[in-house]
Amino acid sequence: MQDYHINHLKELESESIYIIREVAAQFEKPVLLFSGGKDSLIIAHLAKKAFYPAKIPFPLLHVDTGHNFPETIEFRDKLVKELGVHLIVGSVQASIDKGRATEEKGFNASRNALQTVTLLDTLEEYKFDAAMGGARRDEEKARAKERFFSHRDEFGQWDPKNQRPELWNLFNGKKNVGEHFRIFPISNWTEMDVWQYILSENIEIPSIYLSHTRKCFLRDGALLAQSDFINMRPEEEIKEMIVRFRTIGDMTCTGAVESKAATIREIIEEVASARTTERGTRSDDKRSETAMEDRKKQGYF
Amino acid sequence: MQDTYFDMELLRFTTAGSVDDGKSTLIGRLLYDSKTIFEDQLEAVEKSSKHKGLEHVDLSLLTDGLKAEREQGITIDVAYRYFATPKRKFIIADTPGHIQYTRNMVTGASTANLALVLVDARKGILEQTRRHAFIASLLKIPHLVLCVNKMDLVDYDQEAYERIVMEFKRFAAKLEVPDIHFVPISALKGDNVVTRSESMPWFDGATLLYLLENIYIGSDYNHIDCRFPVQYVIRPHTDEHHDYRGYAGRIASGIFKPGDEVTVLPSGFNSKIKSIDTVNGSLEEAFAPMSVSLTLEDDIDVSRGDMIVRTNNQPEVTQDIDLMICWLHPKPPVPRAKYYVQHTSREARTIIKDVVYKMNINTLHRITDNVEIQMNDIARVRLRTTQPLFVDSYRKNRFTGSLILVDEATNETVAAGMII
Repeated sequence: MQDYHINHLKELESESIYIIREVAAQFEKPVLLFSGGKDSLIIAHLAKKAFYPAKIPFPLLHVDTGHNFPETIEFRDKLVKELGVHLIVGSVQASIDKGRATEEKGFNASRNALQTVTLLDTLEEYKFDAAMGGARRDEEKARAKERFFSHRDEFGQWDPKNQRPELWNLFNGKKNVGEHFRIFPISNWTEMDVWQYILSENIEIPSIYLSHTRKCFLRDGALLAQSDFINMRPEEEIKEMIVRFRTIGDMTCTGAVESKAATIREIIEEVASARTTERGTRSDDKRSETAMEDRKKQGYF
Repeated sequence: MQDTYFDMELLRFTTAGSVDDGKSTLIGRLLYDSKTIFEDQLEAVEKSSKHKGLEHVDLSLLTDGLKAEREQGITIDVAYRYFATPKRKFIIADTPGHIQYTRNMVTGASTANLALVLVDARKGILEQTRRHAFIASLLKIPHLVLCVNKMDLVDYDQEAYERIVMEFKRFAAKLEVPDIHFVPISALKGDNVVTRSESMPWFDGATLLYLLENIYIGSDYNHIDCRFPVQYVIRPHTDEHHDYRGYAGRIASGIFKPGDEVTVLPSGFNSKIKSIDTVNGSLEEAFAPMSVSLTLEDDIDVSRGDMIVRTNNQPEVTQDIDLMICWLHPKPPVPRAKYYVQHTSREARTIIKDVVYKMNINTLHRITDNVEIQMNDIARVRLRTTQPLFVDSYRKNRFTGSLILVDEATNETVAAGMII
């Protein structure tokens, strides 16, 4: 008798496609939060599969801090064209100009936290009632308790102690006017699953995930890329190094790792032997022990 | 890099436990020994342990994610943990064990293939052990592993272990868990967790990790009764696919092939499967739990909430449903109150017509004199729905046999139900 079983990647894929279709069916105006990072790329890829041969039935939203790696933006625009979807850009600069957000000052200034304002404003402007994102439960301990369908009140806030239970594959997306949901279709994937899937599906990724030469400097244990967006301390020294990025976010808080991994296979080997988490390169999480939980309660991704 | 790494199976298991039975230490041990804990996580935990004035590294700090949980030293919610060995990828639903968190245990158990139940070798089978085992049985988790922990504290005594195993077997005879395994371990010292214990030469069974890696889960999905709840209708409206109608969904059970004779519920129209489509081409067959889209030979009206089934094997179509429920919400049900019911992709409204009995989940006794349902209660009830649902018994089918109730006023999920 034939053995009817699918491997772990296929099972995760099937679960995520199920979630994405459930979003399209249960909500009136869903949107996919797209950063150009590998996790949002996976969701875009899964969404393409979920609705084939039709196009993805919702737009992409990029919350743009203005402090991007140029490679990411180039990649984003190419992909949007390929998928034939509509792209909405929510600009943090515009939020600052309108006085909705205040720029941080000092050497560690980052627009990372300001994204929350722009995100919530954009969701409200377009009346989006479900925002899908690429967050995974293995990334950070506050995220380990996140639901697939995460309810947000009219202020966009997350109440971790009062979450709806999720059983079997039954997802309750009911809400009152003004409330919305954050949806995390790849909650159950790990960093390793993501890379294995990228390899097995042959998914194209931004070049900065792969090893390259870049001018970097060391700050608080993180290797930051030199850019016009970061104020350097006098003692900080720029060095040309061979690096790659494990996550892609705002240039001001995304650290690089020294790496010679130039192919996806080499990245997988590197991840398999890595001794720090990928968010270990993110200075935004290191501000305090509950930095992520605090930001999530406010309405962060 | 071996390509076999890409052919791992996925095993979801649930644990439940209180602060001192060693659950966090065991999970910490599995994560640590499988190299899933990273240096920065360990550093953060070492820092917090020192900050709290502890002499040892408190591995439970790894699993207790929320501020309130760390402050109170308890697990409140279900936390999901991940680790992998070259053979399998594991998802742990880590839940609190106290009776006031029964609803969290039920939630964690709903998606699990395996329940890992912990017993302290010094204390033997407690109320909590029985509760976990009962929930595993109620939620029809196919496999259960009873870990007799802290064997180091009873001098690795074989008799202490055998006594507990015998007592559990007597209790488990009343339950429906088809596959039960036993392991004597010390999570703290690592005996029989990943490596075989040298202190217990009398034990010739498998280590815990060996069991987790090798228990046969290939028949955990129902591959007999063909059930396809329609989730979404794909209509591209392009020149190339002008009249295309694909019915998208995740196969709840069974195996579907082009040419199969099928019936669409509730309309009762018969047709044949024309194709099973994916981006990478059409498939010759598809089975649970794959997400696919089906096309039919005939142009009939099918929408979300309908179910495509094999014509010669159909679920029960009914508005009167007998089921076991777990009440999840602080607000108890109001007599004659109406709720939304979500069952597969279908939705209706319902009233709780009758509460037949409540379970005392510690003694397994049925309570019939006071049947007022409170949060965390398990009860047998009867529902009457506004629309027919297409149901199988939960015993036969975890997906077409389960439902949730949603409060019409607050939109909150208030109950989980398993159809009898």
